[in-house]
Amino acid sequence: MRQLIFACCVGLLPFAANAVEPDEMLTDPVLEQRAREISKDLRCVVCQNQDIDSSNAGVARDLRLLVRERLVTGDTDTEVIEYIRARYGDYVLLKPPLEPATYALWFAPIAFVLIGVFVGGGVLMSRRKQEAFEDLGAEDENTVSEILRRNEAGDAS
Amino acid sequence: MKRLIAGLPFIAAVIFGGFFLWGLNPDRDPNEIPSVFISQPAPKFDLEAIPGLETPGLSRSDLVGNERPVVVNVFASWCVPCRAEHAVLTRFVEREGIRLFGINYKDKPADAVKWLNDLGNPYERIGSDLSGRTGIEWGLSGVPETFIVDGDGTVLFRYVGPVVGPEAVERFTEALKQAGALPSGAAS
Repeated sequence: MRQLIFACCVGLLPFAANAVEPDEMLTDPVLEQRAREISKDLRCVVCQNQDIDSSNAGVARDLRLLVRERLVTGDTDTEVIEYIRARYGDYVLLKPPLEPATYALWFAPIAFVLIGVFVGGGVLMSRRKQEAFEDLGAEDENTVSEILRRNEAGDAS
Repeated sequence: MKRLIAGLPFIAAVIFGGFFLWGLNPDRDPNEIPSVFISQPAPKFDLEAIPGLETPGLSRSDLVGNERPVVVNVFASWCVPCRAEHAVLTRFVEREGIRLFGINYKDKPADAVKWLNDLGNPYERIGSDLSGRTGIEWGLSGVPETFIVDGDGTVLFRYVGPVVGPEAVERFTEALKQAGALPSGAAS
């Protein structure tokens, strides 16, 4: 049993391993933390759906080193991201910026929800209206009772 | 109002159908990464020559002030597609007369020298980018990549991946013609 638990623990080790290698890390824990945060917002241009913080690709490593280098020279977080954005474009940002070109991306979900609420609400409201019917008029009452009477008479014969 | 609501599914179907139709286009490459450098000045860089090779190094100033646009190819000896592309680029240099510069990306100098000795060296100049930093300056996502740079240092065209196969060669030739990088096609 003990061996099994040990084996499970060892088996879990690879998941705990990180793409950031020890030789890349900065000695200053504050800067290192900032570098990690920045890296999580930058896309690896090779793997494309992974941030550079968790990617093992060569370019991702180079970008991580670059991020740290810029931080050490005293850049702010925004300046570092702008530096890389100037070379790789908006594509490198995992969170696309709010621009006229990305309005559809940002606002379409909200617009769709609003349309859904509007249409769904409209349908429900109109259905409720139908349920509340008015009493028949005196003329219609007469016609109905006339028909009923005739039917009864017909059945008897 | 009722008509409008009744028509909504149809409108939605048309919109989604349009997207699907767009997605079916075989020429669309969903992996294509847009380049920020098109019509922008080429990045600043200054690379030493590969030690043990007579070909001089490459810097941004070498790309500027040329009569015709030049071609910058990023390659490495460890990159297998580069080997196939090497033959294509050599043919372009020998037959079409393009001017070809190279950036040797993250390559051991000895390997690069051996590679060029084995296959031949069509490059006028080669810069050795050991750290890969110049690659980042160019917005590189992998090797090989090929750029066409105008005489004033503007990047005109970028080709990601090897220029191998009839379609790629045709696309690249067309870009060279449009850029005026071919001696005969300079007028077009």
